[in-house]
This record gives sequence, C-alpha cells and structure tokens, in this order.
Amino acid sequence: MSRIADFIGKNARQNVLDALQRAADNDQYHAILNLTKERAMERADLVDKGEITGRLAGVPFVVKDNFLAFGAPTTAASKMLEHFDAPLQATAVEKLEAEGAICIGKANLDAFAHGGSTENSAFGPTKNAIDINRVAGGSSGGSAVVTALDIVPFALGSDTGGSIREPASFNGVVGIKPTYGTVSRYGVVAMASSTDVIGCFTTNVADSELVLDILAGLDRKDMTTLVDFFVPEKTTKPNQKIGLIKEFMSHDVDEDVRARTNEYAEKLRAAGHTVEEVSIPIVLHTLAMYYIIVPAELSSNLARYDGVRYGHRAEGVTSLAELYGKSRDEGFVTENKRRIMIGSYVLSSGFFDAYYLQAQKARTLLINELNTLFETFDVLMGPTVPTPAFKLGENTADPIKMYLADIMTVPASLAGIPAISVPAGLSESGLPIGVQLMAARRNDAQLLSLARSMETT
Amino acid sequence: MTQISRDDVVHLAQLSSLALSDEEIQAMQTDIGNILEYVNQLSDLDTTGVEPTYQVTDLDNVWRADIVDDYGVNRDSLLALAPDSKDGQIKVPKVL
Repeated sequence: MSRIADFIGKNARQNVLDALQRAADNDQYHAILNLTKERAMERADLVDKGEITGRLAGVPFVVKDNFLAFGAPTTAASKMLEHFDAPLQATAVEKLEAEGAICIGKANLDAFAHGGSTENSAFGPTKNAIDINRVAGGSSGGSAVVTALDIVPFALGSDTGGSIREPASFNGVVGIKPTYGTVSRYGVVAMASSTDVIGCFTTNVADSELVLDILAGLDRKDMTTLVDFFVPEKTTKPNQKIGLIKEFMSHDVDEDVRARTNEYAEKLRAAGHTVEEVSIPIVLHTLAMYYIIVPAELSSNLARYDGVRYGHRAEGVTSLAELYGKSRDEGFVTENKRRIMIGSYVLSSGFFDAYYLQAQKARTLLINELNTLFETFDVLMGPTVPTPAFKLGENTADPIKMYLADIMTVPASLAGIPAISVPAGLSESGLPIGVQLMAARRNDAQLLSLARSMETT
Repeated sequence: MTQISRDDVVHLAQLSSLALSDEEIQAMQTDIGNILEYVNQLSDLDTTGVEPTYQVTDLDNVWRADIVDDYGVNRDSLLALAPDSKDGQIKVPKVL
C-alpha cells in the first residue's frame, strides 16, 4: 500500500493525474461523489512552480463530503445539499492545503453521516474495497475505500460514534479518532456536537501521526478545540499495561474477529507489554446511551435545514409549515428522519428525564468507570466491530441490527477519548478485521506510538 | 415492546417539521417503537445522585474579545446559496 512519503518530492501534476486515473479505474466502488479536478490541477501546478510548499506538498487526498471544500459541491450525500457550493473551506482542509496537500475529490458517506454502512447515501452505497458485494462501513465509507484502494495515501473523515474506525476495520486501513477537541470542526456539517470528531484514514500509523500533527490545534472558529497538545512520540513507552475488554470478546462476537484480537494481544505481550482481561459491564449499555444522546443533538443541529436560507426547497407549497415539512421530507433520507424523530421524542416534555437525562447520567457512569481504569491501564483494547464487513442490504431492513455494528466504538465517542482501529489480519474468507486501541484523553501521541510499534513486530 | 401510537408518530413528525407520507408514518411507528424498546434498557441503571454529562471538552467558559471577526464570507456569497432571493434579501413563498 502507498504511503505519504511516496508522493513527496514528485511532480505534483503527475501525482494528481495518477490519483484521478486511479479514481476513474475504481469507479465501480462508488467511493467518490465528485472530483475536484480543475482546482486540484491548478494547485498542483502551483506546487510544481514552488509557489506552494509544505510537509504535504503535492500529496493528493480525498475528503469526506461533509467537509466544506472548494472545487465541488458539499452534499453530505444528501438531496438537501446536492447543489450546495461551499462559500468557505473547513479549517481541516485549509490546514492541509497550507501544507501543500491537494484535495482531488469528495468521498461518499451515509447522508449527514447517519449510518454505519454508507448505504444511507442519497446517491447510492460505496462498495467494500476487498469484496464488492459487501458494505464499505460508515459513515465515512468512501474515505476508507479510497485509502484501501490506494487511490490516495490519506483521506479525512468524521467520527461521531465509530464513523472512522468501523469503515477502517472493514477495509483494512488505519483509522484514528483523536481526543474530542483535538481538531477543529469548523466547516464540517454538524451531527452530534458533543461527540463529533475529525480524524483520518491512512495505510500506516506514521502517516496518521503526520496528518494529525498538521490538523491538531486551537481554532477560534470552533470554541471546543484544545490548545495543540499532539506531538508525535518517537519512543513507545515500554511495559504498558493493556486491558482486553471482556464484554467485547463474548461468544456473540464473530469467531475470526476474536481470534485476530487474541493474536494481537499476544503480539503485545511478545513486545513486552502486559495484557489482561478487564470487565467493564457498562460498555454494554453504551449503545443505548448513544442512540438517545446523539439523536437528541442531531435533531437540533438538523433543524437549520428548513428550505429557507440554503439547501433544498420544495416546490408548490402554500404554507410555511408545508415549506419546512416538504423540503425536509424530500431532502432527508429515511435514517435522517428516523433519528430526528427519536431526538424529538427523547427531548419532548414528559420523556426528557426518563430518556435524555438518564442517558447523560449513564454517560457520567461510563466516563467515571473509564477514568478509574486508566489510572491502572495505559490502553484498553478489543475488536473494532463485532463482525467483518456484512453484505450490502443485509442490515438495511432492521435499524437496530445496523446500530449494533457501533457497539464497540461508541464508548470512546461518549467519553471523548482517543481511539484507533488498526488492521489485525483477515477472516477465514479473506475479509479485513480491525483491532481498536483506546487511551485516556490527550494520550493520543502515546497511543499512536504503541500502534506504530506493533506494525513492525 | 414500547408501543408508540400512530398519533404519537404524527405528533413527532410535526415537532420535527417533517411532512411524512402515510407509508413513512407506518414504517416509523415500527422502527421508533423498536428503537425505544432497545434504549429502555437504561432504566435498569441506578443513576441516583449522578450528575449528567453534557460535554467532554475539559474546558470551562471560553472567552474572546468582543470584536468583529472576518470569516472571509460576504453577503453576496451567502445570498447566492439561498433557493430564491430578491433585492439583497432571501425570498420565501407567501406564508400569510
């Protein structure tokens, strides 16, 4: 698989032309919604003239289509924003461009990032990079697939409950969700503000460290950002104490997934670390918390799509209520509507205490439990997803079955802690399997260092 | 399972400003009922005396000087995004 270094010091125009060719050759995966060819070529020429320099000069990348970027519409894979031309760029995109990176296209996702398979895209699903009859995972499915297919060496994604880690696991690439607040979300379509995090896909951990080093830092346009604390850590702390989460290794979990996870634990032991089983019963309740808190937040964030100021407006309406209602009914996919309505339900008077408040209290219990464990453990680990990639259409009829794919990734989201999915081998039938490593808040650099050290052992 | 009536679904759709078709209402009644049944497991957790968590930033109030920021976006570029506009203002269908 390609690495960022393979593109450094090369002719940028050629880098971009080659990437565009690979994108065209892999069209059948439907990983990219729109290419930003014209702008990419202009920027490549500026790099070749030496007018744009930086640590990523001439390196092509792809960005999930919920990031505002110039050169193509920002659709969030929805009819609502199908023709939305961004008037500004996301801070994350600006930072990469400032280092000379060149965006060549916008990746497919579940509409408004609601989903775990990219089947909720209003423009059709992305196919898995290893088995075209299977899902890419989601919601950042397109970003994972362009990385796995070597179209570009890295891609940006967003992760609200596993939307980077789950597709990374399904496609055999590295996916990092840093500590909440590490990277500015300015210019990214908001989903659930208390868990939305920006991260990246790469083919190896060192490249994730480089990209995260560029992305991290305070942005006054996103008041939740933290002062830059991320400095890649060359030396991996020896003799780390690692907890293998017992609840994520039960017999409900695919046998091959458990086997690859146990092998990864053995590799950690062979590298001098201690791995012991740890029971965290509350993690089994985290998905229920997530599907209260996140719909509540997104129902508020998606209230802005009203057909008035921007986005889709329904034709032939005769009242204001109809303008809102029809524009939203036409602009959103079923999963968007389902989540908005769940959010309205759990926030409505009479149900608020039983659902929303109870979930936020349960969230405190989860965070307290994890904080206590991180006093003893450097890292917690388990599989990233209970199964390898499932078949296209397999889970679309049953929302709960689809949601269960997130069960191992949501704890890190609700706690705001860093988590990475790394490739851990294949299933019997040749499908990628990922292992997830999690650490305490702001321990991203040490977490990535450990993951990198394991690539070479 | 948690029963949610058709009227409840219609009311939720109104709260959510969603003009759903009859088929959508029927499907939502089943799906939302199943999802509520799943999340109901949280009532098993004892949260007596536990404070809710609303955010995980580690930050308290974040202040900035009260000065106008230039976000590099002008009125014309924003108006260009509107489905309809006239005389420098966003135009909506007659609603009264």
